[in-house]
Amino acid sequence: MKLEKEKAKHLAELARLEVSEEEAAEFSHQLSEVLDYAGKVREAPVEGVEPTIHLLPLTNVFRDDEVKPFLTREEALVNAPRREEGFFRVPRILEEN
Amino acid sequence: MELSTLSLKEIGDALRKKTVSAREITGVFLERINRFNPELNAFVTVAEEEALAAADEADHRLARGERVTPLTGIPVAVADTICTKGLKTTCASRMLANFIPPYDATVVSRLKEAGAVIIAKTNSDEFGAGTTTGYSAFGPVRNPWDKNREPGGDGGAAAVAAGLAPLAVSFDTGGSLRRAAAFCGVAGLKPAYGSVSRYGLAALAPSLEQIGPLARRVDDLALLYQVLAGPDPLDATSLPADGPGRGGEELTGPAASGKGLRIGLPREYFTGDKLQAAVKERVLAAAGIITGEGGEQVDLTLPSTEYALAAHILLAAAEASSSLARYDGVRYGYRSPEAADIDLLYKKTRTEGFGSEAKRRILLGTLVLSAGSYNDYYLNAQKIRTLVIREFAEAFTKCHLILTPVTREVPGRAGEERSPLRQYQDECYTVGANLAGLSGLSVPCGLVDGLPVGVQLLAPAGREALLFQAARTLEAAVGEFSPPILRG
Repeated sequence: MKLEKEKAKHLAELARLEVSEEEAAEFSHQLSEVLDYAGKVREAPVEGVEPTIHLLPLTNVFRDDEVKPFLTREEALVNAPRREEGFFRVPRILEEN
Repeated sequence: MELSTLSLKEIGDALRKKTVSAREITGVFLERINRFNPELNAFVTVAEEEALAAADEADHRLARGERVTPLTGIPVAVADTICTKGLKTTCASRMLANFIPPYDATVVSRLKEAGAVIIAKTNSDEFGAGTTTGYSAFGPVRNPWDKNREPGGDGGAAAVAAGLAPLAVSFDTGGSLRRAAAFCGVAGLKPAYGSVSRYGLAALAPSLEQIGPLARRVDDLALLYQVLAGPDPLDATSLPADGPGRGGEELTGPAASGKGLRIGLPREYFTGDKLQAAVKERVLAAAGIITGEGGEQVDLTLPSTEYALAAHILLAAAEASSSLARYDGVRYGYRSPEAADIDLLYKKTRTEGFGSEAKRRILLGTLVLSAGSYNDYYLNAQKIRTLVIREFAEAFTKCHLILTPVTREVPGRAGEERSPLRQYQDECYTVGANLAGLSGLSVPCGLVDGLPVGVQLLAPAGREALLFQAARTLEAAVGEFSPPILRG
């Protein structure tokens, strides 16, 4: 399958990435090659085969509902690029008014 | 005494007899790191101070006659994708260049409890996505056998081969740990899915990856594996205490004879024209050594091998696009300085923080998970995964272990320009174990053109003892070989 340059740009938009024209062209070229190869999954004899959702036959791993110590607020914020009064700080999200 | 070449048992004996202290051992390896790491670039961070403190603690334990383990006072290098409390964990990415985890991964807690000394954090491709370390934000790792050759997708094997650490802990999403072991001439294990906790591993493809050990000797590999493996309430995909492979069998010991041992050789792994003839010859010779006189080689067919790599490429990308979505510049990691609004903050942060392969996988993953492509790509890949699992399960009723090459060739030239697809194809022999959740052990089987070649042994969860036994048989027959730098 050919992945057009415009499609590569659209995917980047969905994934919150910026790509230049050259990058879009390069990704389009490289991913087209990957999809040409990986496209063979569509020809595999999988009629009636269930997809693998999980490797292990584990269901509902429960634990007791007990409060246990984990990170303090300070520890949780220690890697924050910006913080203010015990919160993560980000640019304004809501409009004024 | 050449400490850098000793086995764990030999170092442990010397520690208990007090002919050497843990501090001295760590000192020897730190000195080697200072000498050789600048050219090998196996590490992103060297934890000199922390390591010496941990070594002193081990010396206190020994002096007080407290309980010691085979890892007490032994330096271990840990992949930089695994969280170490208070010690920078970058995932070889610009995104996390200054990230200092406030907690330890479970494997790190287990290492510390065992008295091990975490000496350095190993370099790899960014988030482990790649096969040559060429995508590390901190420059590629060099192969200690030949600095102009690539080392596989992980610096842990290079570190162990060069004697910068006796042991390393890395992870394997499609074969990076096993390829690196093969290319650097050391032993490496991708454990069965769920046997080692992934808590604290920066996820790339959670359904495929496992943390595993690297060592120069198979017995040392087994000792490290036993420390890493175990149930963990913090990882919901961790096998329970009574699950397969949790029997606590003896994994170290003498090489066993091949009597009654059936080794399966899947045709599909030996017929490709890209498989270098000399590599194939070594691998088949290894099969002969392991089966020995009393064993048997079983001809197998795993027809879905043809589709397995394609399925792995798509699933790994889908999971990567989802796993890497968390890096948004809000809670930790890099944040772009020029972000006026929240959308720009996400976009600029991710654009500036991720390297090219991470972006490529994010785009591919976003495509295969999008409504128009999901059924064609993602769902078919998951169905192929079912076939791969079934075929391996069926094969393991006919043989005890499966033997294959790890790589098609000896290590390639460092920095060689190859398309992303060509790089994905490097993992054609190793992705099966990730798709089916099997144990995959890579062990050296000889040299070709002066470069190491590995053989892969596959087993289902619960057959670890046999897996290590077979690897030991081969190790004993092949004998020890190491790059000149180890004794340098």
